[in-house]
Amino acid sequence: MSALSSLVRHARSSRAVTVCATMLLVIAMISLIGPLISNHSYFAADFDNRMLAPTMTGGHFFGTDELGRDLLARTLSGIRVTLLVAVIASLVSLGIGVLYGAVAGYIGGRVDGFMMRIVDGLYALPFIFFVILLMVAFGRSMLLILIAIGAINWLDMARIVRGQTISLKQRAFVDAARLIGVSTRGIIFRHITPNLLGVVVVYMTLAIPQAILMESFLSFLGLGIQAPQTSLGALVSDGVSQMEQASWLLVIPAVALAVILLCFNFLGDGLRDLVDPKGNT
Amino acid sequence: MLRYAFARILGAIPTLLLVIAIAFLMVHAAPGGPFDSERVLPPDIKENIERAYHLDETLPQQFYRYIKGVVRGDLGPSYRYRDFSVSELIAGAIPVTMRIGALAILLALIVGISAGLIAALRRNTVLDRLVTGIAMIGISVPVFVFAPLMVLVFAVTLKWLPASYTGSDGADRLLLPVIALAMPQIAFIARLTRASLIDVMNSDYVRTAKAQGLKTLSIVRYHAFRPAMLPLISYLGPAFAAVLTGSVVVEHVFGVPGVGRFLITASANRDYTLVLGITVFYAAMVVFLNLVVDLLYAFVDPRVRTR
Amino acid sequence: MALLDVENLTIRYAGSASPAVENLSFALARGESLGIVGESGSGKTQAALAIMGLLPANAKISGSVRFDDAELIGAGAAVLNQYRARRIAMVFQDPMAALNPYVRIGDQLRRILLEHKLCAADEASARTLLMLKKVGLPDPERQYRAFPHQLSGGMRQRVMIGAALLGEPDVLIADEPTTALDVTVQAQILYLLRQLRAETKAALLLITHDLGVIAGNCERMFVMDRGEMLEEGTTRQVFATPDSDKMRALLTNAPTLSAIGMSGALPEGGDPVLDISELSVSFSEGRLRGRERLLAVRPISLTIQKAETVAVVGESGSGKTSLARAIVGLIPIDSGRVTFLGKQLPAAVSRRRHDSRRDLQMVFQDPLASLNPAMRVSSIVGEPLRVHESGRKNHAALVEAMLEQVGLAPELSQRYPHELSGGQAQRVAIARALILKPKVVICDEAVAALDGTVRSEILLLLQAAQQRTGLSIIFITHDLAVVRQISHRVLVMYMGRLCELAANNALFGRPRHPYTRALLNAVPSPDPNAEPANAPLPGEVSSLLRPPAGCPFHPRCQHAVGACSASVPEPAAYGGTIVACHRATELDLRY
Repeated sequence: MSALSSLVRHARSSRAVTVCATMLLVIAMISLIGPLISNHSYFAADFDNRMLAPTMTGGHFFGTDELGRDLLARTLSGIRVTLLVAVIASLVSLGIGVLYGAVAGYIGGRVDGFMMRIVDGLYALPFIFFVILLMVAFGRSMLLILIAIGAINWLDMARIVRGQTISLKQRAFVDAARLIGVSTRGIIFRHITPNLLGVVVVYMTLAIPQAILMESFLSFLGLGIQAPQTSLGALVSDGVSQMEQASWLLVIPAVALAVILLCFNFLGDGLRDLVDPKGNT
Repeated sequence: MLRYAFARILGAIPTLLLVIAIAFLMVHAAPGGPFDSERVLPPDIKENIERAYHLDETLPQQFYRYIKGVVRGDLGPSYRYRDFSVSELIAGAIPVTMRIGALAILLALIVGISAGLIAALRRNTVLDRLVTGIAMIGISVPVFVFAPLMVLVFAVTLKWLPASYTGSDGADRLLLPVIALAMPQIAFIARLTRASLIDVMNSDYVRTAKAQGLKTLSIVRYHAFRPAMLPLISYLGPAFAAVLTGSVVVEHVFGVPGVGRFLITASANRDYTLVLGITVFYAAMVVFLNLVVDLLYAFVDPRVRTR
Repeated sequence: MALLDVENLTIRYAGSASPAVENLSFALARGESLGIVGESGSGKTQAALAIMGLLPANAKISGSVRFDDAELIGAGAAVLNQYRARRIAMVFQDPMAALNPYVRIGDQLRRILLEHKLCAADEASARTLLMLKKVGLPDPERQYRAFPHQLSGGMRQRVMIGAALLGEPDVLIADEPTTALDVTVQAQILYLLRQLRAETKAALLLITHDLGVIAGNCERMFVMDRGEMLEEGTTRQVFATPDSDKMRALLTNAPTLSAIGMSGALPEGGDPVLDISELSVSFSEGRLRGRERLLAVRPISLTIQKAETVAVVGESGSGKTSLARAIVGLIPIDSGRVTFLGKQLPAAVSRRRHDSRRDLQMVFQDPLASLNPAMRVSSIVGEPLRVHESGRKNHAALVEAMLEQVGLAPELSQRYPHELSGGQAQRVAIARALILKPKVVICDEAVAALDGTVRSEILLLLQAAQQRTGLSIIFITHDLAVVRQISHRVLVMYMGRLCELAANNALFGRPRHPYTRALLNAVPSPDPNAEPANAPLPGEVSSLLRPPAGCPFHPRCQHAVGACSASVPEPAAYGGTIVACHRATELDLRY
């Protein structure tokens, strides 16, 4: 467990990491608590108050859209959906990736060669087009989006976990454990897994912005989240169509999306530098 | 080296076949045929249509027919644009997509590499922080956010440049799409170049070169540049894929009549053969470009080449 | 007047309490050879880098380095570049890392000539070729176009020396130039340096941890420890009458073959503990097609008695480590048997019975890598107990007692491995290996990563354990001085084959195999009065993928005859010694 706790200890000493982690927490909290306080819902149309510009008075801080829906409520809802999709999809990719990578790395040899050939082959594909194809063929659904994103992002995780497992497996301390008589299970759980944790946590933070990007991309193309549900990508897409009349409809969700992505990237970068100062994995 | 190249080229063929198979299966496993959706057709007309599109054959037969077509460059008929084949539609859209994509990659390489080199050689100065800061924003802001914001600023508000590709005949119509498409790649390449050159400049062999009295410029030119570019070459494959993906967004936002815009309209129309054809085309592009990148890498790294 | 004059040189790093180098002053005259000796962390390399202006930006330097009366400390790169290569040149420790893997050898050298305009541009290639020939590269035209990874370690270091001498410098700084090399190759490189110096009259500043290297190559020397110079003088004088405790300790712990170590073999007929019979190991190299067999260990037999230490010695590629790993079952074997306490063991460790695992332990080369970074010292040392004696409850007490036995303070038991020094980490590894009181411990280069004094302590620790419990030890090493000090018998290996298996005194007194003799000759003697060896063993180890026909050593053997390339010599007994050499009976090899 020390790998993880030392990561946390180091992370606290890094300003960029602390600031980004705090900001993300605050954004997530607001998006969760916001709907409880606000008296606007994200889906209720209000044709008397269409296309209102953002204002400090009058209740619509972020203005309204062409159906008179409150943009603040919609943005918060979008953040919620975007984060939720990203986290779940990343967990899916984490599960597949860690399992696949650890198995390939631990077994090694031809099995590893074959398994990694598959990953390399998949890497070479323009996955996003397959996702588009999938959405066109099977229709849009949240589940499909999660599966699609998870199915792409596990590749990175698998590679990293495999590399780490192999390098751990070759370390003399694993040989030492085998000579002592520690069982395979003991080696995996006592000797390899604790040393994998730090890296997995770091790459999880880097996988989330990837998932956000992909979900927003699909939603932007109209292939992702369906109305009345919304996500930041879908909001940006709506904003593009209105930007000449109502620029706030584009700028506000765009900035929200950019800030979230920036925070995750800074966080992941900072954590990676802590775990692996030379970027070897 | 020749043997390696030959092996890599041969290895690309099954990948390509697999890609086509997956895409083909996805479309054909879709619930409901392409002509089910709108109105109910009389059975005999439906039968005729299905025969015309060979939908009455078994799946393996259809796949074999499709592969045969692909080899000849024929991606079948479009379900919606009745008068055109998919190949004709794609072929008509390729030049503009290629032009924008190639310009974006070129721009990204020139600006990204220069910025990365400068940041690495002036490490921890204001210039370095500026480059790393902008690059961080560049990789975080997606193309579909960046592109509309550029339109908003430079076209809608300032009115310096046309908002749409079709709004002008001059080269200025290329400017916004190319920059929007290149931006994230500039950022990635700058970060990669910087990190990689810093790494190389800290290596023992650069220390040797310093001990031999070589000027920094000579060290970069004769010792550090080539190894520092290796990670960049590996990144080129993903970069090509990202530019292709981004081009879908950019073509959509700027109304560029390219392959990507066809993809969007085709997915909205559920034009299966067109979406399938474009996917196969993109996949082939990416597999091909990855092949080129691998060969380039082997050419640059003597340890791969002389194996 | 001194050519190079260092005065009050002090180097500090932010965040480090003590300076890396403190108030160092010394002078180097034209044509002179000066040695700096010290253990790792003594500041000797830092001093050299300061002279070259190569310290990292975060180093704070004060004092003065004057070359030919020009001040180099604080000088800009443009000034320094007028001195580098043309007046001062440097050879680094690891020639693989120090050469650019992406640039052809010839181009790396030619660039120096061009940069400093040392000759006309169209002569640069010819001058480079000439230098490659001069440093003894076979087939220089081909090596000119080679990349560093295509050369052997010794050839790379020759290239480095050639690069340093291209500018005909007045001073050559060599920082541990032979530490990364095998001992026979080290002898070649030192011989080459002596030859080239005699010709170019360049002054030499030789930095090393090895008193043997200093003794044979430097007229004057000084000793460094923790950043400070402890004493200086002519080499003979410092060796004969050392002033400082450190130098005395270095001399005591210096690897030397003449010291009386073990008296020799245990009486025959003792209890055989471990019997290795016709064991062979190979690996497959390369990708699917063009896969080749790398024959790491050719059939080898060896029996170890109770309370005996057998050293297995050889250079890189000798197969000594593969032999060790095969015995404990970490790598698969091709053929052969391992019999332990009268029972044949399965080849793979995972198939071995629990009790055989507890009685056969191993200590690895890199102490830090052999300890799980996520575990505390107490759980590392206690792990064997958890596995084998889960019934007993006094684990903590046993661990504490074991730590005390290996000389570790109890408060270290809560530390993580990265909080330990190299010597402490190796003690932890030894404690883990010994806590179950095994019958046999295999030490794979267990002291290679440690400094002289720490190395001696660890060896004493192992010997004490042997006397206490009748432990048998197989000691894998490349270091003949260590062999001399601790082993009862010695197995010499070359390219996976047995050359000679003899009692300690027999081997060092009367080596029977030409390779053994060459090895003994190659070890630099820490005695300034000893005559340096004149003609080192030529050539380097052949490729294990394409071993030469017949005796693997014959391409380098000065005694080789027709039979040597015709057939592999079978090991045969001569007195108590087993030798695999066609000419064992005719040759009388004294060294």
